[in-house]
Amino acid sequence: MSGWWSRNVLRIYAVLALGYLLLPVAYTLAFSFNQAGKSNLIWKGFTLSAWQGICDAPDVCAAVRNSLLVGMLATLIATVLGTMIAFALGRHQFRGRSTTNLLIFLPMATPEVVLGSSLLALFVNMGGGLLGFPAVLLAHVMFCISFVVVTVKARIASLDPRLEEAARDLYADERQTFMKVTLPLVMPGIAAAALLAFSLSFDDVIITNFNSGSNFTTFPKFIWTSSLRGIPPQANVIASLMFAVALAVVVVGQINAARRAKGLIA
Amino acid sequence: MDLNGDLVLRDLRKEFGDFVAVDSINLTIAQGSFFALLGPSGCGKTTTLRMIAGLETPTSGQVLIGGTDITHTKPHQRPVNTVFQSYALFPHMDIFENVAFGLRRRGVGNVEKQVMDTLELVQLAHLARRKPGQLSGGQQQRIALARAIVNRPAVLLLDEPLGALDLKLRRQMQIELKRIQTEVGLTFVHVTHDQEEAMSMADTIAVMNHGVVEQLGGPLDLYERPVTHYVANFLGQSNTFEGTVASRDGEFARLATADGEFSVTSAQSSGTLAMGVRPEKLEIAETTGNTVPPTANQVRGTVTDAAFTGVSTQYVVRLRSGKEVTVFEQNLLFGRRAQVGDEVTLYWDARHSFALPASAAHAAAADGS
Amino acid sequence: MAEASAVGSRSRTPYLLLLPGMAWLAVFFVVPLVSLLMQSVQTPLPGGLPGQYEQTFRFANFVDVLSRTEFLGALGRSFLFALLATVAALLIAYPLAYAIALRAGRAKPLFLVLVVAPFFVSFVLRTIAWRQILGAEGPVVGALQALHLVPSNFSIYPSSLAVIAGLTYNFLPFMTLPIYASLDRMDTRLIEAAQDLYSSSWTAFRKVTLPISMPGVVAGTLLTFIPASGDYINAQLLGNATTTMVGNVVDSRFLVNSDYPTASVLSFTLMAIILAMVFVYVRRAGTEELV
Repeated sequence: MSGWWSRNVLRIYAVLALGYLLLPVAYTLAFSFNQAGKSNLIWKGFTLSAWQGICDAPDVCAAVRNSLLVGMLATLIATVLGTMIAFALGRHQFRGRSTTNLLIFLPMATPEVVLGSSLLALFVNMGGGLLGFPAVLLAHVMFCISFVVVTVKARIASLDPRLEEAARDLYADERQTFMKVTLPLVMPGIAAAALLAFSLSFDDVIITNFNSGSNFTTFPKFIWTSSLRGIPPQANVIASLMFAVALAVVVVGQINAARRAKGLIA
Repeated sequence: MDLNGDLVLRDLRKEFGDFVAVDSINLTIAQGSFFALLGPSGCGKTTTLRMIAGLETPTSGQVLIGGTDITHTKPHQRPVNTVFQSYALFPHMDIFENVAFGLRRRGVGNVEKQVMDTLELVQLAHLARRKPGQLSGGQQQRIALARAIVNRPAVLLLDEPLGALDLKLRRQMQIELKRIQTEVGLTFVHVTHDQEEAMSMADTIAVMNHGVVEQLGGPLDLYERPVTHYVANFLGQSNTFEGTVASRDGEFARLATADGEFSVTSAQSSGTLAMGVRPEKLEIAETTGNTVPPTANQVRGTVTDAAFTGVSTQYVVRLRSGKEVTVFEQNLLFGRRAQVGDEVTLYWDARHSFALPASAAHAAAADGS
Repeated sequence: MAEASAVGSRSRTPYLLLLPGMAWLAVFFVVPLVSLLMQSVQTPLPGGLPGQYEQTFRFANFVDVLSRTEFLGALGRSFLFALLATVAALLIAYPLAYAIALRAGRAKPLFLVLVVAPFFVSFVLRTIAWRQILGAEGPVVGALQALHLVPSNFSIYPSSLAVIAGLTYNFLPFMTLPIYASLDRMDTRLIEAAQDLYSSSWTAFRKVTLPISMPGVVAGTLLTFIPASGDYINAQLLGNATTTMVGNVVDSRFLVNSDYPTASVLSFTLMAIILAMVFVYVRRAGTEELV
């Protein structure tokens, strides 16, 4: 009995801890079916009405569109810029490496409220004209770059340098070596970095809140501002859908990675 | 670049900071030969190989193929291919694409036949659509070889290609490699630290130590006539005696040592000299039952250890001076075996002794006396 | 000798690769920090409207702001709450990461997905769920009341405890993943070797596993402490006027009161303290390879 206990106590703990992590997710999903009144904090009864009219709540779908737009653009720009920096750090020798590393590290070590307020200080000094979509996009790219650099750099560092040497030995010039060997092998890292950047951008509240001005609303900002007067259940519906999509992407990615590890697919 | 002819290294040197990895070596490797660079890790053999491949830039000196200087030619422009120690197969491509990689980069149009022929040569054509990760170590090794030889390079470089394989597979692959080399007729330059591997495969071996070539020659030559202490002990084992040349006896010098006088093939007629003899060349008069031939070298000693290893019995015999010599006696089942504590007479044909330069310590001691 | 001779080393290529990204960070990270510092030493424009300031380099602003107890209290609470949340998260995350890395077997990928899953639900919605869970009508208080452990008017929300619980929960995956990564990389034969060399399971853990996982612990605590100390969502949604953190003050001074100098002073002070703590911590923990 005690042998069974000591063997399984950690597993039981892990299941309980995961339950704790997922409890708020379950609440969010459950309250998407609530017959909400003005606020959606107390269970009133089951209904599908929010699921049948996702865009019925004012502004919610526009906010989601804005979030997707900012998220995709910020991901694209940050992934390209961050990958370039990662290759410079991982594959080149140059002066100023430690300064570069510091400048990559600092944004990750700075609280969002500082990033948000300092950007607001800049945009206010510039007259406030950029506040809204442009300021939010510029800010999101900024805080995503560091995370992209770190993720891609780790992947580059894990590459066997002999693979690139083998390519050069087999008549590939520098460009072909990069395109045929280096880039395909780093690609999983770039994809992971892009996913990370998108999820950071898509869920950002604080920096967006400081820099979005009064007329531009993202999905997290919509939830944040409406939390004062009551969040419509449609927000829970959208969050639940996002959760399902993200989970599907990650699960498919995991399965692919596992199969690739076994060498069964390209 | 289409080049043919001998591979020549001229005063080739590589320094990493203060460390001299390769110390101005000169080598000529004949076209179509199987050449081995043999030495312990850190002796500079892999650096030499990488300079031939173009993966390392020499500090000075030249690399030539058929008289053309390729010292500063980029790796992808050299008619040289490498089989890497860890194979370095591209994990994201299947076997076919791995083998076709070099052909495609050179713009060869229809690669199908060449790739499949080469895969036939290494007997793995049935795995063409597998990924490297699904292959065993031995199979990956063959694919790495196929990926290099499909390009028919002027020189094929093999960097410890069998190092990761277990002993049995390694012996099997040695035979296979030799067969393929004969079949395709390319120049193979093989880097290894395994003396048996080098001797069984190569036509010519360069023994390297501390960045220099200690001795160059055929396997038999290197084994029977090593010219330095290092070579005498890196290729197999040797018993060595230090002494002073006392007189001459035809082609032999008579060497006076602490354990008596011995004949050794040498032109020297005075001064200090060392002599080596392989353990399997020594015979124990008491076990063979033979009388010692008058021209043979002989010495008396006491058996201090006897280890039976199957093919032979390995004895350690302590001589009068306290020196211990090793004797390998072939296991013929007949006759008696010497026991620890036995007093024995060792003898060997004088032609089996080889001369080595006297060690610095002995030469200095002899000078002082 | 195995050092890869980098392609195009010592050429212009690395600078061309660095330029756009580093320029972006310079313009939208470094310049804003300078703007923030400049704004912190401004004074109201004489005769101007609220929200109009002039650049007078009045560094005494820092003294003025940091001598007010409400602001000092907010700063102190930020670090205290963040510290407690980090410790709580470490205690919850370490066994979880250990279980996933070394005991999950084939379920490992599933467990990992479940650890990051909460990220896929909006931060604010997750926090509001805790308001429901910890609220007067929620299951926690309900259970405590049913057991007669607390009076009938008891509520966990709003309180400091609720804020700390929210911070702990929200940054738990940031703590779990780095610890998991360092444990997952560990060669488990090291534990067996330690046990072979007469260590009990506990000693083997203390002398081998824990030191090897330290880089993960350092990374995890930083990734939890830094965002927690600057957070104001949890304090806003799970706390009340007595649980204000510095983020709440910066937010309201900036966006509600247009009191830019005060907000800038607090924001800048927060960053300076955190950076100082991070560098001391990283030095002492001996893992400088964070980037």
